[in-house]
Amino acid sequence: MDGAGGDSIVKTVEEIKAAIEAAVPGAGVTVVHNGSPSGQHSLRIEPEHAVEVATFLRDDAELALDFLSNLTGVDFLDKEVSEKIKVTRPVTKTVDGLEQTVEETVEETRKHVEPGYLEVVYHLFSVAKKHGPVVLRMRTRNRSDEVELPSLTPIWRSAEFQEREVFDLYGIVFKGHPDLRRLLMWDEFKDHPMRRDYVEPDDYEYEPTPHDKVLARAQAHKAAAAAGEEKA
Amino acid sequence: MNSLDVKTERVEGWNRPPVIETDGEGELLEVAMGPHHPSTHGVFRMDLALDGERVVRLKPVFGYLHRNHEQIAETVSYLAMMPYTDRLDYICSLTNNWAYALAVEKLVGQEVPERAEYLRVILAELTRAQNHASTIGFLLQEMGASGTPLMYAFREREKILDLFESLTGSRMMCNYMRFGGCRVDASPAWLDAARKVVAALPAFVDEFERFLSGNEIVMARCQGVGILRPDLAVNAGVTGPMLRASGVNYDIRKVDHYGIYDRFKFRVPLGDHGDIYDRYMVRVLEIRESIGILEQALKDIPNGPVMDPKAKIRGFRPKPGEAYGRIEAPKGELGFYLISDGTPNPYRYRVRPPSLINLTVLEDMCLGSNVADVVLIFGSVDIVLGEVDR
Repeated sequence: MDGAGGDSIVKTVEEIKAAIEAAVPGAGVTVVHNGSPSGQHSLRIEPEHAVEVATFLRDDAELALDFLSNLTGVDFLDKEVSEKIKVTRPVTKTVDGLEQTVEETVEETRKHVEPGYLEVVYHLFSVAKKHGPVVLRMRTRNRSDEVELPSLTPIWRSAEFQEREVFDLYGIVFKGHPDLRRLLMWDEFKDHPMRRDYVEPDDYEYEPTPHDKVLARAQAHKAAAAAGEEKA
Repeated sequence: MNSLDVKTERVEGWNRPPVIETDGEGELLEVAMGPHHPSTHGVFRMDLALDGERVVRLKPVFGYLHRNHEQIAETVSYLAMMPYTDRLDYICSLTNNWAYALAVEKLVGQEVPERAEYLRVILAELTRAQNHASTIGFLLQEMGASGTPLMYAFREREKILDLFESLTGSRMMCNYMRFGGCRVDASPAWLDAARKVVAALPAFVDEFERFLSGNEIVMARCQGVGILRPDLAVNAGVTGPMLRASGVNYDIRKVDHYGIYDRFKFRVPLGDHGDIYDRYMVRVLEIRESIGILEQALKDIPNGPVMDPKAKIRGFRPKPGEAYGRIEAPKGELGFYLISDGTPNPYRYRVRPPSLINLTVLEDMCLGSNVADVVLIFGSVDIVLGEVDR
């Protein structure tokens, strides 16, 4: 695996995957290929075994990933996928003056929605062995009600503020975080502003000014102009 | 809502701050220190609980300068984001530029010409020198030395900022690096001016140290205060001079060899105790090492282009993929994580802010100490709110 330009890690992602699967039985690890020249491929782990996998990665003598550098959220919206499928079905046709049912292959466009998800990406390095990064990722089931993921703060303390930030901006709930509050937005804030479908609320608080009458006249003028009246 | 009222779920086994037991006599005094406190370097708030003079709890409160920097990136092109990075850590805009350029260059596999690499190193080390000098100046200011040490530091910083201005057009918002090089070339006159400034730096550091390192007040207030254990520092993701002051040898210039840092001879200064004094000392020594790197770079800088002629500027659309690039910024590991979906704008743009993550251990360092020391401990972390809140 290519490091961040430095001492590349001895093991490839496939080797790390094998090591994790040997240490934590039943941990579903998927290699996620990265198409960029950076060559930083990542491993997707399942939330059920995340804490065990993370503990193994930190404590394993060979990997010794004792430093969780970067933790962040990514939002993937619901995607509408349309694909063309060949379907064979009976078609009624008039052949030689006779009505017949013929089997015919027709191309049909079918659309289905791939549900979106929220993802957390972890960049791990080793201070002891001076290698990295090893990139982990974890997904939520969907973007609305099943957005819980296990917290890795008990394993790497550096996740403490970063998980709070992801909770704040993306709305991922980290189970087991010791102090999960909003980090950047204020406590009364409702939405998660980094989500791709976030719409800024129209909550501007208008205060009366000495020019309110002028503003009201301007509004009336605009409305009249929009309605096509000649004189306001 | 007062964040001190929040019941926190206690998880056993994690590296949490120790719980300070009070003797139960008297009441705890809750103080909201900031956001408008002169020692918080901007708009930052600490909610303190005090038992007499002693700090029992400390919860940092962020977000007063939040402007959703990362979301702005999703609406503009890769290149248009460069000037925004100046405004993260506005003391060190050139290292921010470099970290972002490095991440994008990793994303698209872009090479950088030799001369541009040298210029980047020169500018980054000048940035480091002026950042550390002003950090020490601010620390002394908070110790009660009103103004004088800070003005000594700022006098030197001003010379370096003049260099930045004559090269990039701006003192602080430099917007200088590009994907595949630098925006403009440095003239021979500029290089001579830089050599002159660098030649004067050692005298400044000597003078600074003569006044401060053996100063009785500095030693009394800094030694043994705000201690950070090395194991906690690594676990909490602390980077930069803070980490090295705790004795952990981890300098990304040495680990990653990004740019051309493997060509220069320099040492990584380390501390023993992880207290404020060690952090001060590591910064002083890092200025000295930076001067060494600057002398080597200014001697060896070759002629040539400063921009890869094949670098794509218009219609810049990286292939779908992702990259994480990081550098040793003056404050710690500054990283940029980018995801491209093949469009001109980043799909995801993330800044790994060293200032924010170094504050994770603020409570651990302050618990049990006097409230007057909180100001110093906080000052020794070296943060800029533009980067903490983004």
